[in-house]
Amino acid sequence: MTDIPAPRHIPDRLDKPLRSAIFSWEALLVVVAVAIFAINSFASPYFLDPYSLSDLTFNFTEKGLIAFAMALLIISGEIDLSVAAIIALASTMMGMAVQAGAGTPVLVAIGIVVGLGCGAFNGLLVTRLGLPSIVVTIGTMSLFRGIAFIILGDQAYKGYPSNFAFFGQGYVWWVVSFELVLFLIAAVVYWFLLHRTSFGRRVFAIGNNPVAAQFSGVRVGRTKFILFCLTGLMSGIASVLITSRLGSTRPSIAQGYELEVITMVVLGGVSILGGAGSILGVVLAAFIMGLVTFGLGLLNVPGIVMSIFIGLLLIIVIALPIVWRRLRGGR
Amino acid sequence: MRAFLKYREIWLLAAIVVLIGLISTRFPAFADPGNLRQVFNDTSILMILALGQMVVILTRSIDLSMASNLCFTGMVVAMLNAAHPAIPIPLLIVIALAVGLVLGAINGLLVWRLNIPSIVVTLGTLTIYRGATFVLSGGAWVNADKMSPEFIGFQRAAFIGIPVLSWIAILVIALFFVLMTRTALGRSIYAIGVNPTASVYAGIDVGRTKFIVFCISGMIGGLSGYLWISRYVIASVEVANGYELNIIAACVIGGISIAGGIGSVGGAVLGALFLGIISNALPVINISPFWQMAISGSAIILAVVLNARGERQQGRIILRKVEAGT
Repeated sequence: MTDIPAPRHIPDRLDKPLRSAIFSWEALLVVVAVAIFAINSFASPYFLDPYSLSDLTFNFTEKGLIAFAMALLIISGEIDLSVAAIIALASTMMGMAVQAGAGTPVLVAIGIVVGLGCGAFNGLLVTRLGLPSIVVTIGTMSLFRGIAFIILGDQAYKGYPSNFAFFGQGYVWWVVSFELVLFLIAAVVYWFLLHRTSFGRRVFAIGNNPVAAQFSGVRVGRTKFILFCLTGLMSGIASVLITSRLGSTRPSIAQGYELEVITMVVLGGVSILGGAGSILGVVLAAFIMGLVTFGLGLLNVPGIVMSIFIGLLLIIVIALPIVWRRLRGGR
Repeated sequence: MRAFLKYREIWLLAAIVVLIGLISTRFPAFADPGNLRQVFNDTSILMILALGQMVVILTRSIDLSMASNLCFTGMVVAMLNAAHPAIPIPLLIVIALAVGLVLGAINGLLVWRLNIPSIVVTLGTLTIYRGATFVLSGGAWVNADKMSPEFIGFQRAAFIGIPVLSWIAILVIALFFVLMTRTALGRSIYAIGVNPTASVYAGIDVGRTKFIVFCISGMIGGLSGYLWISRYVIASVEVANGYELNIIAACVIGGISIAGGIGSVGGAVLGALFLGIISNALPVINISPFWQMAISGSAIILAVVLNARGERQQGRIILRKVEAGT
């Protein structure tokens, strides 16, 4: 009897046959993006102009930068609703620095440091005190923007130095804006971080089962703290870009961005329950949201009506695979 | 006595009394019964909304679309009133409840039938309902001069010395109290929040209960739509923009656990009152209203820090996935 059990082969990673690639979330997003792109090109003759397409990118680059960090945070099972408030606070601090006569490098440093500090504050509350992040960040959302309101009231800061405008308005080459380049670099960095490093594996592990991750030697608290810091950091960077693009600061700056960023992340296939998602999906979702808002804008559709399309897109894209599975599964 | 002090509502009530005391050291008239009645009336809508949100949060869900529902329903009744001033107000309230119910049922169906997390569904409907308001109104406003006197006057009429708006709030509080403490549905709502898996084994239809809960929050959103519009006498797309987070803030301050299963009618009411007192007090004690946001933010963080001590997990979840098989 040669009853020796066959040596178990444990693959390094699951095989990904073409079939599963075709039916993946990212493929669905590509189809949606191409469809919207095609519809747009037919609907408006101005759409395919390179300068139009370049303008389009401003619709999603700032939110997209935050969405990368937010994706990691949501994959780990947490959420940050205070990102837009961080933008407001960082922008207000930059405005104060301008009044004190600070130059561009100092302004950028202030924006980034304030963002990082706010993120660390969120992270400390969540990981040290063990509080639910959704509630903590609803609180800090009011707190951060509230501080901006206390400082600014109904005033606005203006008078940013002229070379500060480059970050939000400058072009690196032809129609390729600085914001777009930054967005693409961030996409690559976050893709590498999430999909090619042990840190990324830990993020997935925590999102799937924080207790098991803890017992496996993952420092859950510290990892989550780093993720909150990253989200704050990206919000700080976005704050620099937005402030530079607008050239002024009001306490109501970037109002409602937090929900758009989260929509982007969820549309990108990141599970709101944690444990699953990809950076490629978020990049595609950012493009889709940019395409929809810009295409409808060319057709003179008001912004508020565009939000209906974004909302419908979110629900339909989430619901489609579920309905599809039901129909095939015969449930 | 010790058991009595364990109720967090008592501590919140004490905090509110201290708060009123502090305010009256700088502005003695604030603690007058007449002024406190005014504060209660001002906070009525927030209290009603917080109760609607509470039943959703208790089942481990969240309804981010309440303020958009309020905006849409408010626009519907305002336009109806502008076009047909003859429609009696009680009928308009029934219409508001019905429209709100439909919007809530859409949320509930998506959560129940498709198992989409409620935060995703209501994030979507949050923008859809507000956008629909724009489509409905064409971006136009309905101003006070287009509303009938009855439409505006109904909630302001005094009944036994208290405005009708306050009476509606008292009625809603009473209804929710009965619902949560005296009915099987109320027990099911708590049970689902404490342990969805055990609830399934106890014979509770988790999905259907969540559907009902969203219907309730939808009806509350609709009712508040009429109350809000007739109080601030303007219906526009911007009505209650971002207010969904104030509602959740009231719940959190009221000790309702975002993880579900913990919270009470009294807590939600007191949480809303706490925010209402702050917003009413700031102008009279000469603090710029711009401070309000930061103060309520700090209050939320403080409340969640204090509440967290009381709700450390006592049980362990052994089976997790069964709850999905509704």
